[in-house]
Amino acid sequence: MAESLVLIEHHRQQVKRPSLHAITLARKLGGEYALLVLGHRLDGIAASLVSYGACAVVVADDPALAKPLADRYATVIAEAARKRGAKTILGTSSTFSKDVLPRAAALLDAPMVTDVVAVEEMDGSISYRRPINAGSMFAIVKVEGDRRVLTVRGTAFEAPAADAAPCPIKRFDFDAASLPNGIQFISREERKSDRPDLTEARVVVSGGRPLKDKETFERLVGGLADALGGAIGATRAAVDAGMAPNDYQIGQTGKVVAPELYIALGISGAIQHLAGIKDSRIIVAINKDPDAPIFQMATYGLVGDLHRIVPQLIESIRRA
Amino acid sequence: MKILVPFKSVPDPNDATVVGAAASTPKSVINPFDEIAIEEALRIRERGEAAEIVGITIGAPTVDEQIRAALAMGVDRAIRIDDSRALDPYAVARILRVLIEKEAPHVVIMGKQAVDDDSNQVGQMLAGLLRWPQATFVSKIEFLGNKTRARCTRETDAGLEVIEIKLPAIITTDLRLNEPRYVSLPGLMKARRKSIEVLTCDQLGVTVRPLTTVISTARPPKRAAGTRVESVEELVTKLRQEAKVL
Repeated sequence: MAESLVLIEHHRQQVKRPSLHAITLARKLGGEYALLVLGHRLDGIAASLVSYGACAVVVADDPALAKPLADRYATVIAEAARKRGAKTILGTSSTFSKDVLPRAAALLDAPMVTDVVAVEEMDGSISYRRPINAGSMFAIVKVEGDRRVLTVRGTAFEAPAADAAPCPIKRFDFDAASLPNGIQFISREERKSDRPDLTEARVVVSGGRPLKDKETFERLVGGLADALGGAIGATRAAVDAGMAPNDYQIGQTGKVVAPELYIALGISGAIQHLAGIKDSRIIVAINKDPDAPIFQMATYGLVGDLHRIVPQLIESIRRA
Repeated sequence: MKILVPFKSVPDPNDATVVGAAASTPKSVINPFDEIAIEEALRIRERGEAAEIVGITIGAPTVDEQIRAALAMGVDRAIRIDDSRALDPYAVARILRVLIEKEAPHVVIMGKQAVDDDSNQVGQMLAGLLRWPQATFVSKIEFLGNKTRARCTRETDAGLEVIEIKLPAIITTDLRLNEPRYVSLPGLMKARRKSIEVLTCDQLGVTVRPLTTVISTARPPKRAAGTRVESVEELVTKLRQEAKVL
């Protein structure tokens, strides 16, 4: 049975939408696929997943899985993959999947390919395309063996339609008492925000070091994002300077985004940052340096002082 | 406490000319995330919580230059596994596993990913193979309970997360853990006297073959530069009428 197993992520009783994009790759690979979800009190989550064309929604629901601890999650994922005879185990690239899936791969004695953006078929064998060197190059990777683990770039695959006849929800039983116990959850910083999630937003407004401080960043980047109903991002420099929290960072080691509209304020365009935005449909750059590299890839560039321009832009958008 | 730091030699990411330039000989450096791991190990030793730091790398003799750099930073001794094949992360993890079982460190600290292939796998795979706890993408490490546990702050998509792991364990570093020191002249002098042990996979009794192979590499199509606009009004008009995103 050439089955794929797609790991679905959730947060605060909601499916994380980008994690659904891995389903699109599972469909391309052909054959049946099941969705796997781990956690505790998952009835609502499981019910919301039945129409994505999977053969089953496999649910590992136990108090021992209430927190996403890598040692336990990887053990359960590997066990589920083995029991179902899954050949391909895949999830959408995120800090969650990158934490648990390589560990699961090792438990399955299987190789792994990170950040797949396309699959190509040549002479009956599949190869995977993935960005390397901070996105400045692509590599085509061939995999041996009959089982493999993949993470896919959510921005490279469409969201799947939820229009299939409902599939069964199957409880995955495992021995919770025998799970590893080496990692203990202590706390997570919870930040309330009315803004959309960075990786799901239609519009992203992002700021760099010239925003100067937290207050200016919030007033200009935050103000423009709110005028457009968008999310906020930041460069590594802006994060390091304390203007924005760490999880706002976009780029090679942060998040990869591909919104309809990406607005870069005071961002010069370091390769590590461009790696995280280059699949955006429209890129707007506002920067006072006319030679900033970002202008080479921006759809629309405006040279000037963002402290003067951005309030005008907010005003102009709000007026319309 | 004994700390083991695996590190990789990569083309210098700050040298824009090296990317994809197969013809020239690119300058190599210690993978920046691994350099952060080395720095953290040094700080742990400096605050009296570790007695020894062992650096490990895999490669041909050409990587000895990066080993010297690690020794000059302050790593006590280094091991090079002599293997010049194009290994994949799982092969690397399987080799490191054998050496880790032999060296029996209390903690392994390493970069979360190498900046050349960006895979972000080895630390987690190693933890899986060893059945050790793991803390990935770490920006703060604190040892507790007479160094039987480590409290780690992780940088996740949802914000900062704090976990405690039992030792021995694998920790992978994120950018904000620290800023690595520069190599000092006395450090360099000292590094010359430190030994580099060279081992082969045969000597370690490990036979691995990479299961993933890069068949080819290519540059992605360049995104065409667009239009310069002269004013906010023009920008808004374009976004509205041409791009239709407003």
